[in-house]
Amino acid sequence: MNGDRITKVILFISSLTILILGAAIVLSLAGGSVPAFREYGLRFITSTVWNPTAGSEQYGALPFIAGTMITSLLALIICIPMAFSASVFIAEYYNGTRIASILRSLVDLLAGIPSIVYGFWGFYALRPLLIKTGLTDQGFGVFTAALVLAIMIVPYATSLSSEIISMVPAELKEAAYSLGATRREVISGVIIPTARSGIVASYILALGRALGETMAVTMLIGNANLIPKGLFSPGNTMASVIANQFGEADGLKMSALIAIGLLLFLITAIVNAIGKLIIKRFA
Amino acid sequence: MKKQTLLLMLIVALVAVSCGGGGQKPAKAKQVTLSAAGATFPQPFYNLAFKKYNENGGPVINYGGIGSGGGIKSLRDRVVDFGATDAYLSDAEMAEMPAEVVHIPSCIGAVVIAYNLPGVTGLKLTPALLEGIFLGNITKWNDPAIKKVNPSISLPDMNITIVYRSDGSGTTYIFSDYMSKVSPLWREKLGTGKALNWPSGIGAKGNPGVAGTISQSQGTIGYIGFEYAIAQKIPMAQVMNSSGNFTEPTLASFTSAANVEIPADTRVMITNSPDPDAYPITSFTWIILYKEQAYANRTAETAKATVDAVRWLTGADAQSIAKSVNYASLPQQPAEKAEALLRGITYDGKPLGE
Repeated sequence: MNGDRITKVILFISSLTILILGAAIVLSLAGGSVPAFREYGLRFITSTVWNPTAGSEQYGALPFIAGTMITSLLALIICIPMAFSASVFIAEYYNGTRIASILRSLVDLLAGIPSIVYGFWGFYALRPLLIKTGLTDQGFGVFTAALVLAIMIVPYATSLSSEIISMVPAELKEAAYSLGATRREVISGVIIPTARSGIVASYILALGRALGETMAVTMLIGNANLIPKGLFSPGNTMASVIANQFGEADGLKMSALIAIGLLLFLITAIVNAIGKLIIKRFA
Repeated sequence: MKKQTLLLMLIVALVAVSCGGGGQKPAKAKQVTLSAAGATFPQPFYNLAFKKYNENGGPVINYGGIGSGGGIKSLRDRVVDFGATDAYLSDAEMAEMPAEVVHIPSCIGAVVIAYNLPGVTGLKLTPALLEGIFLGNITKWNDPAIKKVNPSISLPDMNITIVYRSDGSGTTYIFSDYMSKVSPLWREKLGTGKALNWPSGIGAKGNPGVAGTISQSQGTIGYIGFEYAIAQKIPMAQVMNSSGNFTEPTLASFTSAANVEIPADTRVMITNSPDPDAYPITSFTWIILYKEQAYANRTAETAKATVDAVRWLTGADAQSIAKSVNYASLPQQPAEKAEALLRGITYDGKPLGE
């Protein structure tokens, strides 16, 4: 066998392994969630009651689906202004300068901070600030979690979109400038339309990251298994409830947690599919 | 060339070091290692006790704090030598086990009501107040009902925030078992369990999570293991027991709670104890193991080591270790029941206990 063939075989085996692993994860999630879906059917997704007490057991995932969607979307909304200005700053205004590269590494550094550290920061630094505003008694809740999530996903939204923005052909920009366009007009009239699909894709990527975030959210959201009543009310997310409750779970409860895992997997897949669709539409 | 020489030297040095280590501690050919898993509630005690046991010539015991449910599961799957749980196995759970399981109480733990109120200590609570607060019917700290029981304390005009366990836990089980005994409304609404459907409040993960949240946030109240309140110096409420006495949570008042008739299999919840000195939210925590130790290719040595270790845990040496980490020691009656159960453990039908 020559080197080329060996490489080919190795690459084939590796990619096959990834495929098999992915399929195995989906299969075992689906298999494990059968008892929960058999017991509750669609009610599992629409019911708001999560009662693990033996005798009156009932599991509904709606509070967690709602918590996940609300915190992630809110985080994305808070994140976009920060990420957009940072990426324009890095890739357009100060492209190639020292200050841009410092900012770029600082933003990338944010991605390297462990989730638990964000949780600690939220718990000890952000929460007291929110309590001082008088909007919340204890500072736990959907808004606190979303705020920390927003900071956590900024690097994901920023690095890809600044990459895309810097790839906008210089001729296009120069042409616009030569026609007398201001910088703001070049950004809104040339850069954004050209890089739109890439920018949107980077936000979708960031959203996917927010959906699955666990530790920092658990520390700040208040872990109440109810649909949040307001921005400052406690709630819970899908990833967080799994992390909290699987330790002592068995039987139907374990199956319900696995089913939530499957739903989270599906939601993430759908979000990614939407992202791909958007890229295709605008590319 | 230089690199290779260095590498060679490194290897020689490593070999020398490992040989040296072997020389100091002659490898025991028949050294038994035991594995155990279960409740996190008594884990600080088990970790320390098993470490001391090993230092005094006993086998290495690896204890995984994976929760009571995990401990029961691990024993059922026969992947540990013994398990540990805060809630004894129900008859249904006993029937699910592949063979007969015995419960050995190892120490007494208590769940305390910890709170964070600026300038307030010595809070007294009755079962009715606990019910009102934790079911969300009393929402202000200066509620007349709390004032009536605590006339000498100036209570602030502040919202009450309940902090509960977001993960399934034996601590929640003990607290809810007590509440279900003293409050019909609680029994109807929340019941007894390792995780509950809380109507209000915020959840935090693990005893350290609840303790940390309470100590960091004013106006909070929650239930935690006694040792965590001691470690974080969080004020604990006095709770009125079944005789109408307000009792401080202390090791002595926990031990008093075990002054009840203990059944032969030790499966009993001692919450709401009738003893007049008892702190009412108190419970045994148990080691669980199979009555017949010959299973899954276990050797007679392993079986003997398992029983010896559990017997040592209920003995005087280990019980004084328990006290040093704020768990109450077993009184005479449950200790005797535990010994009788250990004598009944067999290997291939032959008794193991001497």
